[in-house]
Amino acid sequence: MSMNSQGRPSAIPAAGVADAVTGTFTGNRGLQIEEPLIFEQDAAGRCGVDLPDVPKVAARLGGVKPRAKVGLPGLAEPQVVRHYTRLSQKNYAIDSGLYPLGSCTMKHNPRLNEKMARLPGFADVHPLQPLSTVQGALELMDSLAHWLKTLTGMAAVTLAPAAGAHGEMCGIMAIRSAHEAKGDTARTKILVPESAHGTNPATAAACGYAVESIPATADGRVDLDALKAKLGPDVAGLMLTNPNTCGLFERDIIAIGEAVHAAGAYFYCDGANFNAIVGRVRPADLGVDAMHINLHKTFSTPHGGGGPGSGPVVFSEALAPYVPVPYVTHGVDGFDLVENAEDGPAFGRMKAFHGQMGMFTRALSYMLSHGADGLWQASGDAVLNANYVMARLEDVMTASFEGPCMHECLFDDRFLKGTGVTTLDIAKALIDEGFHPMTMYFPLVVHGALLIEPTETESKASLDQFIDALRALAERAKGGDVAYFQGAPRLTPRRRLDETAAARKPILRWTPPVGAEALAAE
Amino acid sequence: MTVKYTKDHEWVRVEGDVGTIGISNFAQSQLGDVVFVELPEAGRVLEQGKEAAVVESVKAASDVYCPVSGTVIEANQALVDDPSLANNAPESDGWFFKVTLSDPSQLDALMDEAAYAAFVEESH
Repeated sequence: MSMNSQGRPSAIPAAGVADAVTGTFTGNRGLQIEEPLIFEQDAAGRCGVDLPDVPKVAARLGGVKPRAKVGLPGLAEPQVVRHYTRLSQKNYAIDSGLYPLGSCTMKHNPRLNEKMARLPGFADVHPLQPLSTVQGALELMDSLAHWLKTLTGMAAVTLAPAAGAHGEMCGIMAIRSAHEAKGDTARTKILVPESAHGTNPATAAACGYAVESIPATADGRVDLDALKAKLGPDVAGLMLTNPNTCGLFERDIIAIGEAVHAAGAYFYCDGANFNAIVGRVRPADLGVDAMHINLHKTFSTPHGGGGPGSGPVVFSEALAPYVPVPYVTHGVDGFDLVENAEDGPAFGRMKAFHGQMGMFTRALSYMLSHGADGLWQASGDAVLNANYVMARLEDVMTASFEGPCMHECLFDDRFLKGTGVTTLDIAKALIDEGFHPMTMYFPLVVHGALLIEPTETESKASLDQFIDALRALAERAKGGDVAYFQGAPRLTPRRRLDETAAARKPILRWTPPVGAEALAAE
Repeated sequence: MTVKYTKDHEWVRVEGDVGTIGISNFAQSQLGDVVFVELPEAGRVLEQGKEAAVVESVKAASDVYCPVSGTVIEANQALVDDPSLANNAPESDGWFFKVTLSDPSQLDALMDEAAYAAFVEESH
């Protein structure tokens, strides 16, 4: 089969010649279509719409002329519809199956959220509309802010940040503002534990701080003594994830917060894993000064291609004065927006407008439809599910740390030692079994990590199917069937991809095949 | 000529007052296929134990720490152009950068080849 520069079959095989891989004449696997790129489906002059002729007008671009044709492909409407429908059918989503990607919290987005987000009063508002015409939207933002503060016990919140890492940046900028307001410019370091999300040290560095890492203890928690040894008048703050990326609750968190405060620093908590404790633990009670909340994780709004993230940040009394604009207030004539920071200590704004309105609506819908008891149960079920997965797998796989976990369970590759099978091979074989793989090789603190986060979405039956598949794979690996694993995946549209070549020599632009009637030359 | 190793899996080969620095064969085997390296510019002053370079593989991005203090005199452009050298020839053509040593006595605390082999055996 001839391949083009994208490594794809360049044409349907000639009649009578079966494809070597699939055994079919088309290269298709049943209803799994071998879909060409949309540019490869181009037919010169074909057009899916019938537009009126453009009236001749004088050029108004001041002499600026297009250098070449844009090169859009010509397709009929049903071709375009089929193309994108087929691509969407190759996608894997939480709506199509269990999605155990640890640290990402791929939980079900209840359809009630979608119904609420489509109400025209929320969906069709413009950020520059007069405030009198968007009172309902402002009330929704105010209610969301109220519940986020209530669930965290914190004094203030900004809804503006666009996602978790943006929220981190917002929190660290507030910490920097607070130190500067006190005239304290000697604090140049941010402490970050070894197991942190990669965004934490990146945020600290982006905000101009030097990053110092704190080692972990043998049981996967922050080494309190090592932390205390690094705290001093040059430390601006600590960024800590709790529960941490090993799926473990930081047992010493109260002492950690006290030590940070005693050194005159602030305590930033990465709230990416708030879904494990929401309704049960209030971060304010742990001594946290600022924490972002990934609405798209804890409060079920879609993400990972399904929708944008949203990363509101809550602040303690100490940092509340530095909350960025804009924020909603209760004015004389209803809800009002504070848009300017000139008169206060706020460092400015994080975003042109007010944040991800569609996500606010979905998150509040999730909160109100669950209620306090429902949120309490959701976090409990998320932790229970992760512990069930760990308990049923720990005799065939190697759990990295002893004792119960929180919302995700961490294994390493010791169970594969001597088999020749790697964490990557297990993940690829899992795709053939019909599951999205778990997170691999993260966190970095253990070797060949496999991090599984089932979330509260899954029933026991669903978890058992997944566990049985993983058990079978672990047994198969130990049985010495290396070739099976190295050949996986077998049933996907593409087999094992050459990730190294893709990273070393990325092809980022489609070019017409040599000899073909090139679009660009039309 | 002596070659010394660190616990962070860098090596330094010393000829006169010039140290050539790279990552060990064990380090590359743990990283997997290296796809990108970022090397320090000539003239940069590096401190022992501080970040000097970045190595990115299909699995992870890692910092490379400088085994000895010194001033960078040359970075390995061939490695930038072909990061696979870090996998195929980690302790020869896949070197990262060269420094003029500012404190050769720092070498005394580093491991020789036998001690490093024992360290890798023991800790992994």
